[in-house]
Amino acid sequence: MTRKIVRINMSNQKATYEDVPKKWAKWGGRGMTSAIVFEEIPPTCHPLGPNNKVVIAPGWVTGTPAAPSSGRTSFGGKSPLTGTIKESNAGGLSGQKIAKLGLAAIILEGTPAKDQWYYLVITKDGVEFKDASDLMGKGMYEIDEILWKDYPKTAVIGIGQAGEMKLSNAGISVNDPENKPGRYAGRGGLGAVLGARGIKAIVIDDAGGPGVDIANKELFEKGRKNLTEAIQEHALTKKDGGLNAYGTDVLMNIVNEAGGLPTRNFSAGQFEGAAKISGEAIAEVVEKRDGKGMTGHGCHPGCIIQCSNIYPDESGEALVSCLEYETAWALGANCGIDNLDIIARMTRECNDLGLDTIEAGNSIAIAMEGGLLEFGDAEGALKLFNEIRNKTPMGRILGQGVEATAKAFGVHRVPTVKGQSMPAYEPRAIKGIGVTYATSTMGADHTSGYTIAPEIAGVSGKLDPLTDEGKADLSLAFQASTAFIDSSGYCLFIAFPILDIQTGFEGMVDTVAGVMGIDLTGDDAIALGKEVLKMERLFNERAGFTKEDDRLPEFMRYEKLPPHDVVWSMTDEELDKVFAWVHED
Amino acid sequence: MGARRLAEMQVEVTVFATLRKYLPDLPVGGSKYIKVDPGATPADLIQILGLPADEVKIVIRNHVITELDEIVEDGDRIAFAPAIAGG
Repeated sequence: MTRKIVRINMSNQKATYEDVPKKWAKWGGRGMTSAIVFEEIPPTCHPLGPNNKVVIAPGWVTGTPAAPSSGRTSFGGKSPLTGTIKESNAGGLSGQKIAKLGLAAIILEGTPAKDQWYYLVITKDGVEFKDASDLMGKGMYEIDEILWKDYPKTAVIGIGQAGEMKLSNAGISVNDPENKPGRYAGRGGLGAVLGARGIKAIVIDDAGGPGVDIANKELFEKGRKNLTEAIQEHALTKKDGGLNAYGTDVLMNIVNEAGGLPTRNFSAGQFEGAAKISGEAIAEVVEKRDGKGMTGHGCHPGCIIQCSNIYPDESGEALVSCLEYETAWALGANCGIDNLDIIARMTRECNDLGLDTIEAGNSIAIAMEGGLLEFGDAEGALKLFNEIRNKTPMGRILGQGVEATAKAFGVHRVPTVKGQSMPAYEPRAIKGIGVTYATSTMGADHTSGYTIAPEIAGVSGKLDPLTDEGKADLSLAFQASTAFIDSSGYCLFIAFPILDIQTGFEGMVDTVAGVMGIDLTGDDAIALGKEVLKMERLFNERAGFTKEDDRLPEFMRYEKLPPHDVVWSMTDEELDKVFAWVHED
Repeated sequence: MGARRLAEMQVEVTVFATLRKYLPDLPVGGSKYIKVDPGATPADLIQILGLPADEVKIVIRNHVITELDEIVEDGDRIAFAPAIAGG
């Protein structure tokens, strides 16, 4: 069966199905969203205006039987936070169900009449447009619950109040197997773009869908086996390994120990309360409270890494899933907060209101630096989410993200690139990740080129995090391979075993080749990744971005970061090398 | 022997994540001090602490990532971690 694209026009509430055109036939996931955004969205359009779109695409192997940890869904569009192209991907239930409906992409375009809001129900029979009046003003916990009453066991994609207000930090939620929100395409404000289309939620019901064709079953099966073995063998991703036992927050103590944990709005590289908000501390809380909390939770069916968790409240009831490293850091260390229970409550607020936790925590940190409240004021920080819930001017400022908050509070130490704030690795202490932050097509983003692997984790070789040398090439290599993995539908965390175990890498490539019915080698994978990067880079250029936008904030050049007392020292020429090939190849 | 004892040094050690089970008395975020001979390396500390060498992936000495054969000095803080990453 040929993969289809469903184009959903919100101006007239009509959906049309088309075969995937030849030019996009080779793409999935991020490659698909970026190809469509590149071709169909005017780069200079206003992100909240009528010409922007939201494109949703499952990866190449998503929805296939038993491809391990491959349930990612890519969301693309022009970002209101950065003004750049954006691809943000999430776990949860949506990717597999979209793919099983035979859909390679959903394109959401047009704008309904003012104040008209819809939720969509996408099934094998087509798209229904439903009046969303009863859902408006509600948070994602309630939305997921309400929609599962009528559409049980479906995937629910949706926006909280932040997306309704079209705030630049509004993410898109996907429900998890327990029908809780928290699997977010969080970064870059695509929730606001969905809001601008008048869409509050999308239900995906794959019952009776055609499923995903596998062109070469033998090759797919061989690859699946090799990849699965690599994941199950690697110390990081195996059962009871670092990610399974402690979640991504296993990083907190180690990055802190290495002096690279951004603390109190990027003013230090170590936080004295790091251990209290670490993965080890989460595991201890789960064990001690002995209730509905758990580690080793899977965010989608078929994940064999299971790095998620369910954090329990004081009485052992499930409070929030998932408390991740980035989240515990942004709402914790970067705000000087070491109270895990309050961080968990703030995370629940983000999941409910529909906010990216990184940008939300960093915005609070900026407000703290600006004097709104003291660093470390956990109760005060938690209360700020009511400002967003109540749609106050303060809430709207905080919900616009770090740069807007910094302007409102007169703060010049603004840790952003292209309008997006930095995640939980200090670029002055870990130079390669700084190159990724500076040059990524997405704004400051660790996932787009995770040089932490060799710089801290000793995965895929070992490099000194404190030196500049070779980091431009390193970042590009990671950015290209990441663009390929993000197109596959596999979770990015399969990168660790496949970087270290060659048969795992070959297996991953074989599964993609098997599904798509193409010849593919490891070299092709990097070339495809670069092709995705090139489209993204050109979109940004046409939107007005230049190499001068590929820079870290000024204060990092003159403010020394303890404990290493280092500044950002990478030359502009070195940074400009990363994407020089776009106009040379 | 006596001279050697005089030269004995003390280092602070800690372990993270899946290595914690080998030092179960250490609370989360805790560390302990051990006495070592001059010339000791992280590899020696791994033996002294009873950590399985093949599970130690990262060694951090005074907040700098280091190698197993680097010689430690009196007063150093040495942290051991297994394979970690994520984000």
